[in-house]
Amino acid sequence: MTSASPALDIDLPNGTTARLMVGLEVHVELATKTKNFTSTPNVANRGYFDAEPNTLCDPVVLGLPGVLPVINREAVEMSIRVGLALGCEIARHTKWDRKSYYYPDLPKNYQISQYDEPICGEGTLEVPITDDPTGPTKRVRIMRAHLEEDAGKLLHEAPGGYAIDYSIIDLNRAGTPLLEIVTHPDMGSPEEVVAFCKTLRDICRHLGVTEGILQRGQMRFEPNINVVIHRDGQTYKTPIVEVKNLNSFKAVYGSVKHEFTRQVEEWLQTGRVMGQRAKSTRGWDDAKGVTTHQRHKEDADEYRYFPDPDLVPLNVSEAWLSEMQADMPELPAVKRRRYLGEFGLDAKACDTLLDEPGLTRFYEAVLAQGADARKAAAFLLNTGSKRANDQGVPLHELGITPTQVKGILDLLASDKVGSSAAEQLFGLCCDNPEVSPEALANKHNLLQVSDTGALEAFVDRVLADPKNARAIDDLKQGKDKAIGALIGQIMKLSKGQANAKIVTELVKKKTAAG
Amino acid sequence: MSGDFHTLSLKATRDAIADGSLRAVNVTRAYLDRIEILNPTLNAYHEVFADRALHTAQRVDAGEIKGPLAGVPLAIKDNLCTDFGHTTCSSKMLADFRSPYTATAVRRLEEAGAVILGKTNMDEFAMGSSTETCVFGVVRNPWDTRCVPGGSSGGSAAAVAAGLCAAALGSDTGGSIRQPASFCGIVGLKPTYGRISRWGLIAFASSLDQIGPLTRTTEDAALLMQVMSGQDELDSTCAPDDVPDYSAQIDQPINPLRIGLPRQYLSDKNHPTVAAMMDRATAMFKEMGATLVEIDLPHTEFGIPTYYIVAPAEASSNLARYDGVRYGYRCENPTDLVDLYSRSRSEGFGDEVKRRIMLGTHVLCSGYYDAYYTRALRVRRLIKQDFDNAFASCDVVMCPTTTGPAFPMGQNSDDPLAMYLNDIYTVTCNLAGLPGISLPGGFVEADGRKLPVGLQLLGPVFEEARLLRVARMHEKASGLSNLIADI
Repeated sequence: MTSASPALDIDLPNGTTARLMVGLEVHVELATKTKNFTSTPNVANRGYFDAEPNTLCDPVVLGLPGVLPVINREAVEMSIRVGLALGCEIARHTKWDRKSYYYPDLPKNYQISQYDEPICGEGTLEVPITDDPTGPTKRVRIMRAHLEEDAGKLLHEAPGGYAIDYSIIDLNRAGTPLLEIVTHPDMGSPEEVVAFCKTLRDICRHLGVTEGILQRGQMRFEPNINVVIHRDGQTYKTPIVEVKNLNSFKAVYGSVKHEFTRQVEEWLQTGRVMGQRAKSTRGWDDAKGVTTHQRHKEDADEYRYFPDPDLVPLNVSEAWLSEMQADMPELPAVKRRRYLGEFGLDAKACDTLLDEPGLTRFYEAVLAQGADARKAAAFLLNTGSKRANDQGVPLHELGITPTQVKGILDLLASDKVGSSAAEQLFGLCCDNPEVSPEALANKHNLLQVSDTGALEAFVDRVLADPKNARAIDDLKQGKDKAIGALIGQIMKLSKGQANAKIVTELVKKKTAAG
Repeated sequence: MSGDFHTLSLKATRDAIADGSLRAVNVTRAYLDRIEILNPTLNAYHEVFADRALHTAQRVDAGEIKGPLAGVPLAIKDNLCTDFGHTTCSSKMLADFRSPYTATAVRRLEEAGAVILGKTNMDEFAMGSSTETCVFGVVRNPWDTRCVPGGSSGGSAAAVAAGLCAAALGSDTGGSIRQPASFCGIVGLKPTYGRISRWGLIAFASSLDQIGPLTRTTEDAALLMQVMSGQDELDSTCAPDDVPDYSAQIDQPINPLRIGLPRQYLSDKNHPTVAAMMDRATAMFKEMGATLVEIDLPHTEFGIPTYYIVAPAEASSNLARYDGVRYGYRCENPTDLVDLYSRSRSEGFGDEVKRRIMLGTHVLCSGYYDAYYTRALRVRRLIKQDFDNAFASCDVVMCPTTTGPAFPMGQNSDDPLAMYLNDIYTVTCNLAGLPGISLPGGFVEADGRKLPVGLQLLGPVFEEARLLRVARMHEKASGLSNLIADI
């Protein structure tokens, strides 16, 4: 990609090209049951999203005198799973270090992080850059991923938005396990950066390591951006800018795009190029759509890293690693190829099913019962989605079991229920997850009558009714619409249980014969 | 009523309460009375829990509390968190601090029926060798109140030696149990790193800190070790290794016994009386059939410089949390965040603590890290290796605990370097993670003062039982047992 990049909003002088280079630091809050170093519940775990401020605290979280951290095995396993999905080298020996800085949201005034022995080393992620699952991908090299703890939150207004002239601290988030994934500067456009972020989010959610809710800060993106400019055979690199704490794809896109133009403009004006360790930090102003200066990092940060003596180094045994490898779920990109190819689903159905990992698992559990992939998808995305929307509950949490879904699909396939009965049955299953759809259909008289003898009696009664003579005549004269009224009466007579398809056949046959 | 209960050893007290010949309440009351009389002079205790202690003792007498330490009155160093009273580290920073939880070691003692009499004074944040940096005033040596009790567990050592408790807990980062034990004529055991959970021990230098007992007899040390040792899921550096039955083994002499005498420790820095003590001990062990082996610990001279890099480095980080934001001392009327931090810390910490924080911050800075910290860790490994090699040819290492007896108050307080050199015989044990015990080695008379001096034994990791057995041999042969200062 050169100056032709559509992302650049200004024209470059002739003979000048500009190439964008972006690397990412991504923080992923792991959804472990408990915090990274203590047994108090984790705010990034679904059950505790909305915990009252400062209720997820204990002596370790508060950094009280005399406390000690103990590493959370689940957090380590989640980190390794992400590492495996990104093709990272998994460290067999890893340790934690203290990163020192003073800030009121950091109770110990040091963060337990990993400095020189991260749990995950080099890896790569192939990022799809088109909708075609077999289409081209962008290869982004992963530098490392390390497991650390999150800080609390400093608030400058009281809950409810009231102004206060001091700051308050919520430590619910303090000590939440945080996986920091660092890439090489391999991305060359805002689109590629966003595609990477989305792909990574999908992977993490399908691995079940985070809910990935961006508004809640469960994944935070920090692009490191600069531009390589060529002019008259010379190469110039603009100073690197790190944009902090982005929590929407729109902000990622906007900030990268804005920086590209801003840095080229700045270079054209000042000619300033990257110096030794020159890196500045900027924030993103969502309303104005611009990045704003925060601070310069002319000197390397003085974090005084040293190994945390309270934690023992961790050895990852081959046995443990192979256990985790064996437990790796299929990744979303592979699923997408399979759904589109092998199952023949359309892109929209495929995306909907893969968008929510819980739904994906539910769908695959239905398939595991032997259901037809396309029919199951169609049924879930019509009947199921409708109810999920009405109830405001995710489809896979409506209560109905995959076995019940398969049961309804079977009843549909064998014409024992019609589609509207199937919809009712879906609802009944949601309320009675232990009862089989067949039993529920029986109990609620939803099974349709397909016995021709019984149906013929209904049909004959309706056709014999003198008030229907006109409709029968119309039908005989080829006015097919007239059949609707007749079938409606037959269905009513059968209390809705007649197999509409068979009834239609019968009516057609009898009126034609007559 | 208040008889001479304080002259009984912990074990004798325990046995007498257990067989009904003594009532726990009477024992506790006697100790409390004695504290009331003597503590104003000694300043061993910062806080005494009279009501709570009597209540616990009553419950022991009523049979509601049982256990191997039922009714035994103990003192706790004030850097161990208790969910009763204050936990101050003898610092202005934590003068009003109350911990919401109790340290594992203290909890285990209480579960075994111990009666906690109070919290003892110490050098501020355990940084010192004389208990003179205690913000609540100096502690005096009960053998001679003009002298320091040693430090940093000076309050605990003084309380044990003066009969103000049956035994006490201390913590040892570079000698803070053994050196005051030596100065106060009692037994002080620093266990192997990882033998006793550090949960609830306010950290000074996490990779060196260990909790341990200060007692008047080796048997008492065995009893406390038994109760406190063993795995704790709240401390991942605490070892899962089984805890041997220390008391059952303690009276079995070791034969053959090889005692290693490090040539580096017999320096001319030693007080002449210390050399005499070593000679006496050597003769005594020889008589008991032990073989004496000269051993080489070539990296000994690097012990102090290594220690004074590692310990301050960890301390600078461990003490970062005392910032006036959430708990502890906060300066008045801070103008902004930086002012809040810097004034709370400079007003809340004493000079010695600040000195070590500055040292530690400096050695961890990126430009100096390799020159200091990385190198110190390398030397630390060499020191450990020295001991591994030594233990191939001997069962225990024997050396003085200190270069001399307790020094007069104020002697070293203006000279940090001289004060740091007090740790010369004790720091290598912490750096190597080994267990070490100081036991009464005899008395020396100098400048009209009669003061005890300690003998130190070091063993391989997790060989506390061996140390206790050898210490018991010396205790029996020398008769230096259950010494109580006549004050």
